[in-house]
Amino acid sequence: MTTLVIAEHDNLSLKGSTANTVTAAAQCGGDVHVLVAGHNASAAAQAAAQLAGVSKVIVADAPYFADGLAENCAAQVIAIAAGYSHILAPATAYGKNILPRVAALLDVAQVSEITKVISPDTFERPIYAGNAIATVQSKDAVKVITVRTTGFDAAATGGSATIENIAAVADSGKSSFVSREVAKSDRPELTAAKIIVSGGRGMGSGDNFKLLEPLADKLGAAMGASRAAVDAGYVPNDWQVGQTGKIVAPTLYIAVGISGAIQHLAGMKDSKTIVAINKDPEAPIFSVADYGIVGDLFEVVPQLIAELG
Amino acid sequence: MKILVPVKRVVDYNVKVRVKSDHSGMDIANVKMSMNPFDEIAIEEAVRLKEAGVATEIIAVSCGVAQCQETLRTAMAIGADRGILVETDADLQPLAVAKLLKALADKEQPSLIILGKQAIDDDSNQTGQMLAALLGWPQATFASKVVVADGKVSVTREVDGGLETLSLTLPAIVTTDLRLNEPRYVTLPNIMKAKKKQLDNVKPADLSVDVTPRVTTLKVVEPAQRSAGIIVPDVATLVAKLKNEAKVI
Repeated sequence: MTTLVIAEHDNLSLKGSTANTVTAAAQCGGDVHVLVAGHNASAAAQAAAQLAGVSKVIVADAPYFADGLAENCAAQVIAIAAGYSHILAPATAYGKNILPRVAALLDVAQVSEITKVISPDTFERPIYAGNAIATVQSKDAVKVITVRTTGFDAAATGGSATIENIAAVADSGKSSFVSREVAKSDRPELTAAKIIVSGGRGMGSGDNFKLLEPLADKLGAAMGASRAAVDAGYVPNDWQVGQTGKIVAPTLYIAVGISGAIQHLAGMKDSKTIVAINKDPEAPIFSVADYGIVGDLFEVVPQLIAELG
Repeated sequence: MKILVPVKRVVDYNVKVRVKSDHSGMDIANVKMSMNPFDEIAIEEAVRLKEAGVATEIIAVSCGVAQCQETLRTAMAIGADRGILVETDADLQPLAVAKLLKALADKEQPSLIILGKQAIDDDSNQTGQMLAALLGWPQATFASKVVVADGKVSVTREVDGGLETLSLTLPAIVTTDLRLNEPRYVTLPNIMKAKKKQLDNVKPADLSVDVTPRVTTLKVVEPAQRSAGIIVPDVATLVAKLKNEAKVI
């Protein structure tokens, strides 16, 4: 029994989500191999080889792997799939894009966003925006699984897996990468941050989000938002925390002007400590918050910044 | 250019569903059902492409119980030209739905299939990608902008950390993200008009598709509840609690 993990990387570095996925893979039992399909991605491959529990890193290099096109990545996985009992990828935009293609080509089901491995064929996964946890069993010969990264600790480093280069499959020729607009920020990435300051519709405007910046700076926090704030056009979509956005579980989550719709709670209720600032004492966010302040955020936030010194 | 838009009937997003007391699943008897919100965005995008003169016909498809007809009527009220119901009482999983849709795509030969990125009930986020693989078509998931020109579709995608743009050769699959568009409200005249539109009914067997589930749900439970904490009187108390009690700053 061997598990294949599809590495998420940007060629230069391995994404943290890969390390969480390796932990889930180890819990499925057997050896863990990691596939790095990329272009000039030796740094990412080296990082994968250092993850504890990984016995082999497989590298497929081609220019058309540089941007993670689903058609090419899935084809490369299929080319080496024989012999693997499990194929795992992180449940990030990267993994979610590629893995269902792999499952369909193997004619097997995919189990999405697992949060726990109960046995090699049985897993827990949230459904209905996290309002229920389903225990599901896959009857297929190969288990194809995406892994919710907040459900598994990152694998430690210190391993020394062998690195094997393999021939790349041909380019599908049906899709091509055009451009990328990466939001530049000195703040930590939302899904990797230890502290998150999030704003909701109560912020009132995109400009008012500037009020949260000094708070985030002071705490070294990432900035997030509720779907309502994204829908209203206050902030970009990649700030969105919730069922249809990012699932986060930081040490401290500060929700400012967020009422706490089910779909938002689904994305942050596994945070260690939750602080809610809202003027409505009946807001559902207070039902999950460890500490709540009922008050006008435009007064409370500046006070909080001052108090933090 | 023909566009196929699959739509799913799900529990309305405003309904708070509960786990059944025997833990066999969710209690969805007698709750309000609606079109999956991401599928509504998919229909809207197809209608806009038709209004822009890019698309000529929009076919809405739904797979599931007889009541999915209502979902198809909603799709037709938004602007789909006709509907196809693949009727079955079976528990349909994404792979089975992708196979049903592939069979219909083989028959209808659309140039573009637009799907919601995920359904808000099982939260799988699989069907579009699976369908693309089965058809051997390129895909662009999580779309926030779709432009069709010269036999290609250019799609801007919502990815972690920003946006990326791909160019796909048609025929292709696009799955919608939240910001792609804001679906229109359906008007009464359009609801009346939709009732007269063509709605065909087929069975999975007519399409030679085996829809047997591959994944068994053993049990469904409520998530561990977070207990509500305390309301603190002022910011000073909050900071003290965060430092000394929670020890998170």
